Amino acid sequence: MKTAFWQRLDLWARQLTPFGLTLVLVILSVVPLHVPGFARVAPLLALMAVYHWSVFYPSLLPAYAVFAVGVLQDCLAGTALGVNAVVLLVAYGIVLSQRRFLVEKSFFVVWFGFAIVAALAMSVSWALVSVISVTLIDAEVLIFQYLLTLGVYPVMCWFFQRWQQAFLNTE
Amino acid sequence: MAERPRQIFRVEASIRTLAQRFLYLGLVGAAFALMLLGKADVLLVERVRAHVTDAVAPILDFASRPVASAKEMINEVQAMVALKSENDRLLQERARLLQWQAVARKLEAENKALKSLLNFKSGETTNFLSARVIADAGGAFAHSIVLNIGERDGVENGQAVVTGEGLVGRVAIVGSRSTRVLLVTDLNSRIPVLVESTRARAILAGNNSDQPKLIHLPPSARVPQGDRIITSGHAGVFPPGIPIGVVASVGDAGIAVQPFAKRNALEYIRVIHYGLDGVLSSPGREIPSKTGKPGIAR
Repeated sequence: MKTAFWQRLDLWARQLTPFGLTLVLVILSVVPLHVPGFARVAPLLALMAVYHWSVFYPSLLPAYAVFAVGVLQDCLAGTALGVNAVVLLVAYGIVLSQRRFLVEKSFFVVWFGFAIVAALAMSVSWALVSVISVTLIDAEVLIFQYLLTLGVYPVMCWFFQRWQQAFLNTE
Repeated sequence: MAERPRQIFRVEASIRTLAQRFLYLGLVGAAFALMLLGKADVLLVERVRAHVTDAVAPILDFASRPVASAKEMINEVQAMVALKSENDRLLQERARLLQWQAVARKLEAENKALKSLLNFKSGETTNFLSARVIADAGGAFAHSIVLNIGERDGVENGQAVVTGEGLVGRVAIVGSRSTRVLLVTDLNSRIPVLVESTRARAILAGNNSDQPKLIHLPPSARVPQGDRIITSGHAGVFPPGIPIGVVASVGDAGIAVQPFAKRNALEYIRVIHYGLDGVLSSPGREIPSKTGKPGIAR
């Protein structure tokens, strides 16, 4: 009885880690790094996490968790409330509908999928912010941010896979 | 017999996917509703934002420290390497500044004498609050930083935020232990300024790039490149005369200003309390003063 309870608690804690890790990444992404020009093109860590978990463990990152991550990001980053929530939910929806093309494929397919999803997500956020602020936002910075995000993805992917092996594959 | 449970299972599965789809669409709708709410009730959304930032502030404060000390270490190593050249440069600068000091002393004495002749009253006294930058956020869409002080330390909405180099931005949202500062480069930043040499009045408007633009200049105004831009003190929010930046380029695309304060170098900053409420006092703070002193508009 007692071991069953602890086992269940352990499993529950492990299953919460994808969501927890995503929240931590959102917080880390606003920590000042004091690198010239970096804050404007900082890679979208939350988008990477949402993409990765929705490809590999969608059951551990339900839609309301994605919504919560987006709202937290909006609150911390100072963007209009709801923008990142929509962007992350759109990315999540795209991944879930196209998931069968991505699971159990080589890393490059997953990376290519991320390139498409990130491009769509950033276009959506650009359009939303432009509409909300009634100006066309300068898109040049976004291109650099996009490229940097793509470049950082393999590192984060490796990290997420390590995390999976350490915390989730023991079930 | 085996058919029924399978059918039930299938129906259950389809109901579940339907529910999930509804949940998903509902959440997207909720996110859009939040955006509309942000337009309709700015105060409510700002308060929510302040509470969330307050909740995360201790974590940010903790997380930003190792980064800051790593940066300090790198700076120290760089300083050691450049010791000799830095020393030469400082000696030259010292010689130059000594001349300036002589000029400043003379002017100070002259100024004092003239002020006493005219019975001149100087402006409001200013107080400072020092703070650490614990978050630097926004990417391409918003330029803001978060400080580790808040309402309980005496920060108020609209106060000017400066470094030794110049103006950084203004206090936009105050939580109890965190403060969000809207940088001068943000799309929503509008600051009344003066061109220092010609005293032409203008508004410095951020555009989410590194160089905000001067707008609403008088048509006859001439703005030479390299001129300093300072706060004008109009609207009673900022003290007049805080340096902001220099005119970087004058062209068809407008007059771009390069701010003195470097965003990546923001670590410790000062919040100026100028003793004026200005136009930006938050409505939440007006309520006690109104009930306390009826009829007096602050």
